[in-house]
Amino acid sequence: MVESFLSYGFLQRALAAGIFIALACAILGVFLILRRDAMFAHGLAHVTFAGVALGLFLNMMPLAMALLIAILAALGILTLKKKAGLYGDTAIGIFSSVGMAAGILLASLARSFNVDLFSYLFGEILAIETSEVLLSIGLVIVVLLIVIVYYRKFLYLTFDSESAKASGIKAYRFDILLSVLTAVTIVLGMKVVGLLLVAALVVIPAAAALQVSASFRKALILSSLVAVVSVVFGLFLAFYLDLPASATIVLLCFFFFLLFYAVKRIKKVS
Amino acid sequence: MDSTADEDKILISVKNIHFRYEYTPVLIDVSFTIHSGDFLAIIGPNGSGKTTLLKIILRLLKPSLGKVRIMGKPAEEFEDWPAIGYVPQKATHVDPLFPVSVKEVVAMGLFSSKRISLPVNRKEESAAVQNALCQVGLSSFRNRRIGKLSAGQQQRVFIARAIVNRPRILFLDEPTTGVDAETQERFYDMLDQLNKKEGITIALITHDIGIINKHVTKVACLNQKLVYHGTHEDFCRSEAFKEMLTAGHHLISHRH
Ligand SMILES: Nc1ncnc2c1ncn2[C@@H]1O[C@H](COP(=O)(O)OP(=O)(O)OP(=O)(O)O)[C@@H](O)[C@H]1O
Ligand SMILES: [Mg+2]
Repeated sequence: MVESFLSYGFLQRALAAGIFIALACAILGVFLILRRDAMFAHGLAHVTFAGVALGLFLNMMPLAMALLIAILAALGILTLKKKAGLYGDTAIGIFSSVGMAAGILLASLARSFNVDLFSYLFGEILAIETSEVLLSIGLVIVVLLIVIVYYRKFLYLTFDSESAKASGIKAYRFDILLSVLTAVTIVLGMKVVGLLLVAALVVIPAAAALQVSASFRKALILSSLVAVVSVVFGLFLAFYLDLPASATIVLLCFFFFLLFYAVKRIKKVS
Repeated sequence: MDSTADEDKILISVKNIHFRYEYTPVLIDVSFTIHSGDFLAIIGPNGSGKTTLLKIILRLLKPSLGKVRIMGKPAEEFEDWPAIGYVPQKATHVDPLFPVSVKEVVAMGLFSSKRISLPVNRKEESAAVQNALCQVGLSSFRNRRIGKLSAGQQQRVFIARAIVNRPRILFLDEPTTGVDAETQERFYDMLDQLNKKEGITIALITHDIGIINKHVTKVACLNQKLVYHGTHEDFCRSEAFKEMLTAGHHLISHRH
């Protein structure tokens, strides 16, 4: 059964892209949640919708347009938070609503509320193309490398930003880096599970891992495992039971969250 | 006195620092120096600008006027961050859910200094972490999640993190708030050891006048302006001390 599953080219592509994107989402998710920035991913996903709509409107490279808009929005949220003294979730609230509004406006102007737009909203992992797979893998490798190389600095800043700054870490630079990495990951994740659910891939595996991890390293590993297993198993189920892939993946993530929550409760009681 | 040798011994020099938050002046014309080997206590009532002064020295805040030199360099050009250890005020407000082990917290101090934070030498790293934890008497806690330690133990973990780079100077902002009397005693003995045996210069913000008699060599008394700065013997005979004893007795005698 597994053999025949893997013999389909489109499934191979879906798996390759899915696993890499899941890894990036899972790792960034742990940092974002602990920075109390879980909604950042959610907000960016909404703004990305405007990017896709703009691309469809101008009839040029929706993915590239989405990437550009998402990065600009990530920087915008960061600036609004710092300079206007807004709470993080307020800045995100503003950007995500404006993003949605702009997206709806553009899409209706372009009369493109059609299959194209819906494929971005709900994901089209089973229809992903080889070039997109390679692009995803390439960008995700960059994301992962940066996180690995600056792992300690990200961790220090997340845990105790004031001490981190006092020991010479340029906090603002790393805020920018993390925001841009998240934006890139969201746009790529959009291809896998769709905009509506990509934030789930960032938040749920990390939240599940945080239920039971005693160290940061373990949290990162567990979060990655949850995300990757959900993507692989979710695709498998979707294929054989003829379910929508993105929804299956997200619900599997949530299943792991419940499982780990139960494990934590049981540990506490015993 | 040989003036260049004296210059060499100056780790921190603060010159004519003024600072204000919007319209409220917080520091007015503060100047003083910290010499190598000092065990300095910085005291003063709540809101007198102690934490602000420390943040200015650490470049977390920019002074409105005045200059800070760190180890002979203007603060803006200073790069040798591992030479400075810092334990912030209320360091004990740890998120109890943050999944980070004691070992990982201490290791943060090590890697913050390097340009690239990949573990360069795992053996060396874990030896340094272990050593720092031994010094604060917490080596058996290294794999515990930090949120599961008591406030006093957490405070000691932060000190381990601050000394893991073997800094030349250690800044502590009210490190014994919320720590019981016995642990405080051991804590100050530990600082004494770091100061005398390891030769680490210490600058400590505190409300606890009691420790001044026992441990410190110098005192800086701050109340927007620098009211007093000198050796602790002189301080006990000074006007500033008498004033504190009478005017701010509640402040001096409160113990946690
Ligand atoms: N972020 C801020 N914005 C505006 N004013 C501030 C801010 N932080 C501190 N202040 C003001 O600056 C003054 C000095 O504060 P600082 O924290 O340096 O005092 P402190 O001597 O450390 O007091 P404590 O003993 O309570 O820790 C206080 O009057 C305070 O109200
Ligand atoms: Mg203070």
